[in-house]
Amino acid sequence: MDQKVTAPTIEKKTLIGQRVKKPDAPDKAIGKTRYINDMVLPQMLIGKVLFAGRPHARIVSIDTAAAERLPGVHAVLTGKDAAGLRFGFVRDNAALKDKVRCEHDEIAAVAAESEEIARQAIGLIEVVYEDLPGVFTPEDGAREDAPQIHDNFPGNKSLYFEFSHGEVAAAEADSDFVVDNVFRPHHVTHCCMGTSCAIADFDHNGKLTIWTQTQYPYNYKMDLAPALGLQPGDIRVIQPPVGGAFGSKLDVYPYEPIAALLAKRTGRPVKVIYSREEEFKASPTRQPAIIHMRTGCTRDGTLTFRTADVLLDNGAYTSWGPTIPVIMMRTVSGHYRVPVVDFKAQAIYTNNPYAGSFRGYGNVQTTWATAQQMDMLADMVDMEPLAFHLKNSQVSGEITPQKSFLRECVLVECLETAAGASDYSRKRKEYAAARAEPGRYKKGIGLASSIHNAGGAKIHKSDGIGTILKVDDYARVTVITGASEIGQGIDAVITLIVAEELGVPLEHVLIVNNDSDIAPWDVGVHASRTTFIAGNGTRRAARKAKAQILAAAEKMLGEPADTLELRGGSVVRDACGTPLIKLDRLLRQMHFQAEPELVMVTDYYEPKSEPEGAKHVSDHSAAYSHAVHVAEITVDTLTGEITVDKITMAQDVGRVINRMGLEAQIEGGLAIGLGYALSENMLLDRGLLKNPCFRDYKLLTAPEMPPLDLHFIESDCAEGPYGAKGISELPTIVIAPAIANALYNATGVRVFDPPMSPEKVARAIDAQRQAAGG
Amino acid sequence: MSLETEINFTLNGRPVTVRVPVAMKTLTMLREVLGLTGTKYACGEGECGACTVKVDGRTLNSCLMHAVDCDGRELVTIEGLKSPAGMNPTQKAFVDHGAVQCGFCMPGMIIQADYLTDDDPQLTREQAQRGLEGNLCRCTGYTKVLDAVEAAVEAKRCGR
Ligand code: FES
Ligand code: FES
Repeated sequence: MDQKVTAPTIEKKTLIGQRVKKPDAPDKAIGKTRYINDMVLPQMLIGKVLFAGRPHARIVSIDTAAAERLPGVHAVLTGKDAAGLRFGFVRDNAALKDKVRCEHDEIAAVAAESEEIARQAIGLIEVVYEDLPGVFTPEDGAREDAPQIHDNFPGNKSLYFEFSHGEVAAAEADSDFVVDNVFRPHHVTHCCMGTSCAIADFDHNGKLTIWTQTQYPYNYKMDLAPALGLQPGDIRVIQPPVGGAFGSKLDVYPYEPIAALLAKRTGRPVKVIYSREEEFKASPTRQPAIIHMRTGCTRDGTLTFRTADVLLDNGAYTSWGPTIPVIMMRTVSGHYRVPVVDFKAQAIYTNNPYAGSFRGYGNVQTTWATAQQMDMLADMVDMEPLAFHLKNSQVSGEITPQKSFLRECVLVECLETAAGASDYSRKRKEYAAARAEPGRYKKGIGLASSIHNAGGAKIHKSDGIGTILKVDDYARVTVITGASEIGQGIDAVITLIVAEELGVPLEHVLIVNNDSDIAPWDVGVHASRTTFIAGNGTRRAARKAKAQILAAAEKMLGEPADTLELRGGSVVRDACGTPLIKLDRLLRQMHFQAEPELVMVTDYYEPKSEPEGAKHVSDHSAAYSHAVHVAEITVDTLTGEITVDKITMAQDVGRVINRMGLEAQIEGGLAIGLGYALSENMLLDRGLLKNPCFRDYKLLTAPEMPPLDLHFIESDCAEGPYGAKGISELPTIVIAPAIANALYNATGVRVFDPPMSPEKVARAIDAQRQAAGG
Repeated sequence: MSLETEINFTLNGRPVTVRVPVAMKTLTMLREVLGLTGTKYACGEGECGACTVKVDGRTLNSCLMHAVDCDGRELVTIEGLKSPAGMNPTQKAFVDHGAVQCGFCMPGMIIQADYLTDDDPQLTREQAQRGLEGNLCRCTGYTKVLDAVEAAVEAKRCGR
C-alpha cells in the first residue's frame, strides 16, 4: 500500500458537457464498418420484389411459371403465400398483396442465386390487373361515393383523434382578432443514405434470425410475428450498423416479412435490398396533412383559443403516420399558453404511398401552422412578435390543458437569447420598412419556436429501458443495453456516462446493443428519448456497480465507502484524490477472495411519465423542452429563390452531456428541416411518384447549409440524466416556419403549402403585385 | 453469359488482375468481386457521391465508371487512405470533429475531402462547400464535415 499513498493525486474531472468522439467513428472513417447493406452470408440468396406500379387495381391473375423455371431461382411467392398473415397498426397490411392499393404494393417476390437472376425472374412474372378508380386526396377519399380502398374500413376512414378543453364559442366571442388558415404540409421521405435492407434466416427449429435496420428491436418482434405466423419469442433481431433511419425504421415494412417468407420457403438466408428508386417508391413518408387552424387573441395580445381541424392523407396502409395527432395536439394545446383548445384529426385512406414516423413526428406539420399564426397574430395586434411571444410564454411549473407539466420551462430565455443574438427586432423592422423599396433582392428575418416531448413519450405501456452492466477483472466495462445506435450517437453518450461514474477511460467501455437475444427491453429510438432514457438507465446501473465496488473497497482498505471515489482507474480518497488501489486490482481481489464476488448489475428504468390514455389528458413525457429559431434570408423576388444566410438557434437541452454529439444532432436536424422547408417534395401524379431520384428530389447540399449560431440553454431537468433533456427533433421542427416568417418579413407574402420552392414563392409575389394593381 | 474481360490495375497501392463482365460498374467490382465494401452504393446514378473513389489522383463516382475502364489505372478507395501508421489526416479530422454520424456517406465524403485538401493546400471553407456539393449526407448538415475539412487543411499544412 505504501507506494500507492505516495502516488500523485487524481483530481476530480467531469466529462459531462465535454466533447467526446463517437466510438463507432474510426471504423466508419476507414471503410471498415460492415453495414447490413454490405453483409453476405454463406448460401445467401437475393430476394427481389415485383411492385404493382399502379395505384389501385384488382389482381385478375398471376402467372409465375416462367419465373420458377428460370435456372437459379429458388422460390417465387405471391399474395396467396401471405394469405391471412395480416400485420400493421390496424392489421390492414400484408407482406404480399391480394389487391393493389398503392404504387409500391408488393405483388410477388423471388429468391435467386444472384441479383441479376432475381431481376430477370421478376421480369418473367405475368400479372393481369383490372385497374380501379383511385383516390388521391383525403378530401376525395372522404366523399360518399369514393371508391373503397379496404373493404373493412368503410368511408375510407382510418384513425381518428380528438381533444378539447374549454368553450371555443365563448373564447372566440372574447377575441378581438382571429387568424384562420389552411396549411398543407406535403409528402417528403427520409432518404436514408443506406437503402432499406433485411436478411432473414431460419434455424431447424423454426426460429427466425433477422438482420434489420430497425430502430425498435423489441416491439419489432411483436409487430413482425403476425406477418409470418410466428410467435414473437421465436424471432431474434440483430441490428448491424445502418445508413440512417430518422424514424423510417420504427415499424415493420413488407420487405422484411418478404425476406423471412423467402428464407422459410428456401431454407437459406435471403437478403432483400432496395435500389434508390425502390427506396423512394417503397419507403414510408412524412405524414401529409390538411390543417385548418384558427387562433384568437385579445387586443392586448393574450391568446384566447386555438382550434385545429386536421385531415390526414393516410395513404394505402396504416403505419405510424396517422398516429401523429397524438403529438400534433400537444403542440396545438401547448405551443404558448392557450386556455381553450379544440383539436380533431381524421385520417382517410387514399391510393398514395403511406406515411411512417419521421423525425419531428407530427410536430413539423403542426408547428408549420402554429408558428406562422403566432407571427400573423402579432401583426394583427400590431405588436412586435418577440413581445407577443413573450407575453404568451409559459414559465416553469405551468401545466398545459392536456396536463403536460412544464417542470423546467425556459421558453422566455430561449426567445430572448435567439432574438438578442440575431438582433431580431431591429432587423425585422428595418427589412419590413425596405419591403416597398425598389430592388430585386429582399432581406428578411423570421422567428419561430415550438415545444416537444424531451423525456420520451409514454404511448406504449412502458417507456422504459433495461440495462445490464458488468465490470471484468481488467476493469473493462460492458454495457448491455436496449438502446439502439442508428448513427445518432447514443454509444458515445453511454460511454461518457460510464466513464464519468466509474472513472475508467472512455476506451475501456464496450457496448452490446445489437441483438435482441442478449440485450434487455427498450421501446426504441424515437420521441427524442434515448439520451434521456438510456442515459438514466446507464447512470443507474453504473452507480449500482460503483456502490458494490466501493463497499468492497471499504472492507479491504478499512476506509468508509462514502469517503471513497472512483477516478482515473483507481479508488481514491474523495476529498484529496489520493489513490488507494488500482481498480482492476481491486476487482481481481473481489473476484478471487474467500467470498468471491463479480461486479454485474442490472437495472430497469421506467420514467415517471403517465400513459397517453384515450383521453389524451396525461403528463405523457418525463420532460418537455422548447426551441427558438431565427432565420435570416435573402429572397430573389424575380425567381422566388430563397437563400438562407444564417440561422440562430436557442434550445432548452436541459444539460449538455456530449457537446460534440449534441451539436451534430442539432445541425443534422436543421438540415432535414431546411430540405423540408425549401426543396424536398415527392411529386405524386395520381398516386405515382414522378421523382424517385436525387436529381429530382432535392436534398440540401453542402453549399446550401448556412452558418449557424447555436445556443444551448441548460434548464437542469430534475428527472433527466445529469439534468439533460432529449433534443433531436426540435431542430427539424422549428426551422421551416422561421423561414416562412422571414419570407413574410422580406416580401409580405406567405406560403401555406411547403416547400417554399422558387416557383411557389415567385407566384405568390406575383399574385401580391397583381392584387396591388401593379 | 455476359462477356468478360481481364483487366490489370493498381488498387490501394497493390497490383490487381481480375476478370470482370464488360457491363460491370467499378462500384460493383470493388464491392462484390474484390470484397472492398467500404465504397458505398446509395443511388447508382452519379447523384450522391457515396461511391467516390480516386482514379489516377482525381475523384469520380465509381457507380458510373465501367470496371473495364480501370485497366492500367491507379485506384484508391477509402480502405487505401490509411497507412500502417494510422488514419490519414483527413480521416482523423473527420473522427476528431464529430463529422461522422451513421457514416454511410463518409467513405465518399472523406475521399472527396482528401482530394480537395491535397489538391489545394489553401482550400477555404467556401471552396470546400462547393467541392463537396456532389456528396450528399442526410445526417450531419455538413457543418461538422466542413469543420473537419478545415482541420485537415491545417493538419496537412503542418505535416508538409
Ligand atoms: S452511388 Fe454513385 S453517385 Fe450515388
Ligand atoms: S453520416 Fe449519415 S449520411 Fe452522412
